[in-house]
Amino acid sequence: MRSRPKSSSPLCRFSAAVFAFCATCAHASLPTSIFAPHSTPASEENKLSYFVLAISALIFLGVSSLLVYALLRYRARPNDDTEPPQVFGSLQIELSWTIIPILIIVVLFLGTARVLFSVQDAPKPPSALDVVVIGHQFWWEFRYPQYNVVAANELHLPVSTRSAPRPAYMKLTSADVVHSFWVPQLGGKTDLLPNRVNEMWTDPQQTGMYVGQCAQFCGPQHAKMLLRVYVDTPEDFQKWISGQQRMQAELGQARASLVSQPDAGSSNPAVPPHAPATHAAPAAQSGDASDAIDARNGQLVFEQQACINCHTINGTIANGRYGPDLTHLMSRATLAAGAAENTPGNLQAWIADPSAFKPGCLMPAMHLSDRQNAQITAYLLTLK
Amino acid sequence: MDGQSMPAAQGIEGALDRTPAHSARGTYLEVVHSWIVTVDHKKLGILYIAYALVFLLVAGVEAMLIRIQLIRPHNDFVSPFTFNRLFTMHGTTMVFLVGMPILFGFGNYLVPLMIGARDMAFPRLNAFSFWIAAFGGLLLYYSFIGGVGLAGTGSAPDVAWFAYAPLTEKAFSPGHTVDYWAVALLASGIGSIGTAINILATVFCMRCKGMTLLRIPLLPWLYATTSFLVLVAVSPLTACQAMLLIDRYLGGHFFDTQAGGSAILWAHFFWIFGHPEVYVLVLPAFAFANEIIPVFSRKAIFGYPAMVAASVGIGFISLGVWAHHMFTIGLTSFGNAFFTLSTMLVSIPTGIKTFNWLATLWGGKIRFETPMLFSVAFLFQWVIAGLTGIMLSVSAWNWQLHNSYFVVAHFHYVLVGAIVFMIFAALYYWYPKMTGRMLDERLGKWHFWLMVIGFHMTFDFMHFPGLLGMPRQIYTYEPDRGWNTLNFIVSIGGFIQAIAILIFVYNLVHSYFRGEEAGPDPWDAWTLEWATSSPPPSYNFATDPQVASRRPLWDLKHPEDPDSAFE
Repeated sequence: MRSRPKSSSPLCRFSAAVFAFCATCAHASLPTSIFAPHSTPASEENKLSYFVLAISALIFLGVSSLLVYALLRYRARPNDDTEPPQVFGSLQIELSWTIIPILIIVVLFLGTARVLFSVQDAPKPPSALDVVVIGHQFWWEFRYPQYNVVAANELHLPVSTRSAPRPAYMKLTSADVVHSFWVPQLGGKTDLLPNRVNEMWTDPQQTGMYVGQCAQFCGPQHAKMLLRVYVDTPEDFQKWISGQQRMQAELGQARASLVSQPDAGSSNPAVPPHAPATHAAPAAQSGDASDAIDARNGQLVFEQQACINCHTINGTIANGRYGPDLTHLMSRATLAAGAAENTPGNLQAWIADPSAFKPGCLMPAMHLSDRQNAQITAYLLTLK
Repeated sequence: MDGQSMPAAQGIEGALDRTPAHSARGTYLEVVHSWIVTVDHKKLGILYIAYALVFLLVAGVEAMLIRIQLIRPHNDFVSPFTFNRLFTMHGTTMVFLVGMPILFGFGNYLVPLMIGARDMAFPRLNAFSFWIAAFGGLLLYYSFIGGVGLAGTGSAPDVAWFAYAPLTEKAFSPGHTVDYWAVALLASGIGSIGTAINILATVFCMRCKGMTLLRIPLLPWLYATTSFLVLVAVSPLTACQAMLLIDRYLGGHFFDTQAGGSAILWAHFFWIFGHPEVYVLVLPAFAFANEIIPVFSRKAIFGYPAMVAASVGIGFISLGVWAHHMFTIGLTSFGNAFFTLSTMLVSIPTGIKTFNWLATLWGGKIRFETPMLFSVAFLFQWVIAGLTGIMLSVSAWNWQLHNSYFVVAHFHYVLVGAIVFMIFAALYYWYPKMTGRMLDERLGKWHFWLMVIGFHMTFDFMHFPGLLGMPRQIYTYEPDRGWNTLNFIVSIGGFIQAIAILIFVYNLVHSYFRGEEAGPDPWDAWTLEWATSSPPPSYNFATDPQVASRRPLWDLKHPEDPDSAFE
């Protein structure tokens, strides 16, 4: 019972921890590792983390070796019933282990303050891109006020190089409850609060796709409020932007001829005019052609259902703001804030029953016929 | 008597009635009745501990279900709704129905005995506090039957234990589960405040003759600090629960952001409670370590005045650090810097305590019985928990770490690695005093080693998914993030801890009937609770003890070298 019960375990434990930590760093290529920074804020935070880790490791080594030594050296020997000398304290020693920690804290605090102020109070350069991020249960809305573009769930940013800096300055807010924007490789997280605007910035230095997710519990589907950031070359970014812009007008004109309602595209279609006459109404109106599974009929169904209360499709009467903007749905790789790949099959299954993908998400199953779902899917597939 | 010739020990001799107390046996109903109407601090202490242990098992089952769900990505063992309830109830239960009651239980039992008093200052307030807190716990669990949660999906709070507004407002939580949560915490908060008043009054007004402030054993000192913190910190919690209920039922808009309320206001209120709460829980754990480590090192605690000052210092500093839970919420850079510094400052008094424990071991003759094993593990784990705490206080890095599994690992290191381990140590140490029988040492070793292995598998490895970007409170995760193996190990560790705890429960029951007779002073200890029989009579001491030093029983056992000669 007195045979070194704790003797080896702390060392084993420490080396295990060191090993696991190295393994973590070696896996820095993992998509959400905080040790693989790709922006200035993330790199600053990363460098600071190594500094703090190093100091902590030294403290741990020092304290734990003293502890192990004391436990080994001063364990009671068998058959020794005498009491050790009683020592009540020592002012000098106690002062030393008060003052040394104070010095360590001064160093840690100054190191932290340098990064804290340089990141949080960085002045916004004139070349900065403005992005407004709005959190919703359980998806992301991205607005580019400089370009009049609205996107969802997949944020596109231009790469920001030393020679041509183009940092993104984000204003973050929420439409409902508290969320938190976190893409680890592009920087730390910032909360999105209703009734308040927070700010953060990032300057992604390498093109590619970065992932993250909501980091503040926001309800049943917090886990599937995933987040993607595509960092594009300046040209690709410009192409994406103009794609998102150009299509609006184009689609608007192209659809005006398709839409059945005379007031299509007007700004006040809050109530779908034919709301009660939903199921199979188009089929009743005219023969086979009108019930074909095509985009035209899909648009009719879409606009006659409550879909348009929540979703916007530019150039049509659909201008709801509660759900994601669908104008360029097919330019996105995923559905439902990353819960599924954006394939025609998934799209139709999602429309039929969103809670099969995300139980508790706020989009209801509309209980349409399979044919109507297929028609809507056909329509949505045209929203490039 | 020969006590006359030993002035230092003179006062205790008279108190040394060491015949075990045999409570009168009655019918089954009479026994139950006696426990319900009791105002005896020892019986209430045991009630608190038993109540907390029951909820420890309940919260443990919830934790196991959580870990089964997270054992692999895209698992569908439980629905997201159930999962959200499980972690909300696990957190709320562990803090309010396990941590607080069990610590108050030990406080109730030990504080009067250690200061040579016959009961708490307000015995009936004591009983009231227990029963109202117990009512709070039952109310919280009644919500499984009576409440409707988010999205109208039934039963039990599902808004996380810190219940950030506006998720708790009517618009987002239309059912009644948030009401159960708020009212249950209000009720148990009233109980906590009652007990805190009681402990403060007891420590400062009920000490036996000769026990000056600087002769109080460290445990009552730390309980006084904790009680002060409870008084200051539970009040804002009670206030914000009241405000939340006003929002939900009387048209208030404190946190109702849709009508101009503030989500940050809730966060401030909750964490002004929430952070000191961590110290409310950890100071009693320190208190146990302060009693157990010296006895098993066979040395007086090193630097007693510094230990008292450090504990009281932790109490004060911890009231000024709450916004380190809010580094990502949008404070100004100055605000972030302030709370970085104030949080780091906590490490100075805690460092002093750690080094003093180390110095207590130094030069001792350390005996490794089960209470000491748990205390030694506590020391290691506390050092690591403190260091990850410093990492989290680095606000610029905290932007990455906040709300990740790194935070979950950190606070479990504190709550399990430090607090639960010290609760086990305390149970092994004082169980003989409470029941008159020793806990089984062999089962204790099994319990300890399984617990250590399980704990480190779970909580060491839990840091890494956090560093790899895994947020907390998610019911499932994507398979391509590198979290899979780590989560698997974490879950297996959890199951090992569950086995350890089952062994412990068996030990508690088995030893109550079959345990070795403990006698009044099985550990050869020095504080007053060991001067009376095990279990102590309802009046504790036959005559009021009188002390001349911090270790009255040392003086008694070592008349040639009494502490009182040096104080």
